[in-house]
Amino acid sequence: MLTAVLSGFLLAAVAPWIAGSDRRIGGWLLALLPLGLTLYFAQFIERVAFGETVSTGFDWLPALGVRLSFYLDGLSLTFALLICGIGTLIIIYAGGYMAGHPQRGRFLSFLLMFMASMLGLVLADDVLTLFVFWELTSVTSFLLIGFDHTKLLSRRAAVQALVVTGGGGLALLAGLLLMAGVSGVHSVSEMARQPELFTGHALYVPMLLLLLGGAFTKSAQFPFHFWLPNAMEAPTPVSAYLHSATMVKAGVYLLARFNPIMGDTELWALLLGLFGGVTFLLGVILAVKQDDLKQILAFTTVASLGLLVMLIGLGGEKMILAAVLYLVAHAFFKGGLFMVAGCIDHETGTRDVNRLGGLFKLMPITGLAAIAAVVSMGGLPPALGFLAKEVIYEAGQRAHGPVVLILAVLVAGNAFMFMAGALAGLRPFIGARTETPKHAHEGPVELWLGPVVLAVLGIAFGVFNGMAGNFIIGPMTNAILGEPVSTYLALWHGFNLALGLSVVTVAGGVLLYVYADRVRGAIRAANRVLSWGPDRGYDQAVAAIERLALAIVPRIQNGEMHRYTAVVCAVVVAGLVWGFLYGGGQPAGVPFEPLKLIEWVIPALTLVAVLIVVIVRSRLAAITALGVIGTMVALIFMLFGAPDLAFTQFMVETLSVIIIAYILARLPLSAADGRSVFQRLRDGAIALAGGVTFTALLIAVSAGSLDLTLSEYFIANSYPEAHGRNIVNVILVDFRGVDTLGEIAVVLLAGVGALALIRLKAPKPEPASAPGPGLGPAASARSGEAQ
Amino acid sequence: MNSLILRTAARLLISLTLLFSIYVLLRGHNEPGGGFIGGLIAVSGFAIYAIAFGIEEVNRHLRISPMVVAGIGLCFGVFSGVPSLIAGLPFMTGIWFEVDIGLAKLKLSNVILFDIGVFLVVLGSLRAILLALEEEG
Repeated sequence: MLTAVLSGFLLAAVAPWIAGSDRRIGGWLLALLPLGLTLYFAQFIERVAFGETVSTGFDWLPALGVRLSFYLDGLSLTFALLICGIGTLIIIYAGGYMAGHPQRGRFLSFLLMFMASMLGLVLADDVLTLFVFWELTSVTSFLLIGFDHTKLLSRRAAVQALVVTGGGGLALLAGLLLMAGVSGVHSVSEMARQPELFTGHALYVPMLLLLLGGAFTKSAQFPFHFWLPNAMEAPTPVSAYLHSATMVKAGVYLLARFNPIMGDTELWALLLGLFGGVTFLLGVILAVKQDDLKQILAFTTVASLGLLVMLIGLGGEKMILAAVLYLVAHAFFKGGLFMVAGCIDHETGTRDVNRLGGLFKLMPITGLAAIAAVVSMGGLPPALGFLAKEVIYEAGQRAHGPVVLILAVLVAGNAFMFMAGALAGLRPFIGARTETPKHAHEGPVELWLGPVVLAVLGIAFGVFNGMAGNFIIGPMTNAILGEPVSTYLALWHGFNLALGLSVVTVAGGVLLYVYADRVRGAIRAANRVLSWGPDRGYDQAVAAIERLALAIVPRIQNGEMHRYTAVVCAVVVAGLVWGFLYGGGQPAGVPFEPLKLIEWVIPALTLVAVLIVVIVRSRLAAITALGVIGTMVALIFMLFGAPDLAFTQFMVETLSVIIIAYILARLPLSAADGRSVFQRLRDGAIALAGGVTFTALLIAVSAGSLDLTLSEYFIANSYPEAHGRNIVNVILVDFRGVDTLGEIAVVLLAGVGALALIRLKAPKPEPASAPGPGLGPAASARSGEAQ
Repeated sequence: MNSLILRTAARLLISLTLLFSIYVLLRGHNEPGGGFIGGLIAVSGFAIYAIAFGIEEVNRHLRISPMVVAGIGLCFGVFSGVPSLIAGLPFMTGIWFEVDIGLAKLKLSNVILFDIGVFLVVLGSLRAILLALEEEG
């Protein structure tokens, strides 16, 4: 199973070479992996249907109890099949959709990466494994939304999606860690064995809120729904795959997975029911006012996710069964409709519903697939969507809570959903032919294969509902509920309230569709009044952060080196003095032993050099004198038996002097010191205080006894274990080699950073702007030169 | 800097410095020295040459970009730890073996590779900074 998850990442690494060229076969070849994975997971169907679960994994960070572990039950199996199955179709579709695009290989590589991440997410058992894959789906979604990175809107949408889902991811991490802390186990399947531990815990509310923070952002629940319609900037295969069929369902998956653990409380039902219901209604109402096919579908996706959250929240056997049915049905019809929208866009050059019509004769295969999908979306028999809707109404009658309100929300939402489906999937194909930018005709097989297969599945699951119920729907429902229940499905339940509500829904939907233009006009008029929404709020929040940064940063980062030094020095002095006063360990007296001549000479020379640094006017002379001080320190190391240190110090001093001299030569510095007398006195006082406190610190430290355990260990083991007599070097390259590895990485990065700073061209000064933040001495040097 | 004495001396000094830096690098395990110091010495050699002849001259002679040198060094550092992983030991465990080359027994180990990595990183990064300073100036 581990191989199954990771294979996607491996293939993604080489995908650009397989599908990079214009050859048509590239997409088909890459689709073999998801196809293989679908078959691999399909072989578990029977075992899982009989209530078995499969788990595997190995220790990842044993010290922290983290395992890379996977778990297959009805819930994860259904998701895995959806991810790999639809993934197969999407890869084929994307191969055709992006044909001729120079970056097709990269695109397919991202898609495969996403598929593997999503697979890991739904199969993960360990909470941290789950979180890692959760974040990977956010990251790959970011890459895919921003695929067309030369477009401003794509970049904004990508960043927005990442900020919203990434922020939610952090909440989720906190929630998962809390849960792991409370229970002492990292495994979700083990948590599920002791749900009373969580629901009865004092931290239940924070745990639940954090978990919902993750789920609601990912699944675009109100008020976080705004990123999803914006994510439609991504190429259509991405919208079909990530932003309708799979990734946005990760939040729903999370709720379903944690339903046996955290669910079944009043708060759970209230929050999920409320937010889900609001999202549901808001989504469908905003959907029908859109002109862009993809926007219509995006808002209905928001609505469907709201419906799913609401169903899971209200809970109970029937509700969960309804959620499962609707989830599978939605993956089929929405994935298909998105692909259809992509075909229409691809073949006609527009996605505006007002400009499309009469395409059926030109694109009959796509048209049939679209209509079958609309049948399922609108909840008409014999599609799976119809079954789902019947069970939803049945469950609504028995819901705990305000039954009438719940049923009213469901009926109204579904009627609008019907209208939106008809708008997006039916209207472009019927009526009079319209002129479109491109002359439309049926696309290549890559483009219609996906919609057709999904449409057939949507109908087949409805017709052969016995099999679907036993092997897919039933096991998944049991897994979400945490106990086996009967899941009897049938298209015909006799004349009952559910059927009546269905009739009302369809009638309402048809009515809404007939008066579509008036309904759309009314919603738009209302929407103009309420123009502020979370999307604008997001922009305002981002702008506010920028203003805040602009207000603060110029004060902290003003580009004046001596101020930085003074602040750092003053803070260190204050900290040390505070430590002496309250922490104990004041410097005691130092026993003065008679010094040898050389021990007098070195400090004397050092003092002279210090005086030169302070007095001399020429900077070059000052730097050289500083070098003398460093060299004297090196001499002290030499005298007291630290040749390695002395050696290094010599070299560092020499190179520092050379580098600083080079820098000084490049800086347009005036010869005069620009500071006032007061400033110079202040700086001098800070410097003096620094010297005094450091001396005091050294005296205090050397007065105490040092713990020599480590030193003795190194001395004893340097030669026998590491074959080296130079203990310093043995420590560096052997005993603490990993430290050194980190340090040389830092040295390299410092080199890169310095190069970047030096080569950075300062932006041309904008005449209108206020004095902006300094970019550091190197940058100001550049602008100084430019003038 | 236009000084005949420096120019003449620099030609000699750079070869001596570089040779010395390698000596310091290799003897580091038993005597004062090692990759870090060796790298610093090598850079100072280039610095002297650069002061005498200008950075362009150094660049002209060294075709490999300094950051590439540093990168190779980091790779040395990372991969020197891999043999111990393959041998089932913790990452970067020292593995030693002796080679008899007739005159003496030579002790070799992956630790030396690591030290060479340190040497190259220090050499590359500092040289890059020095060169960049001069290029723009």
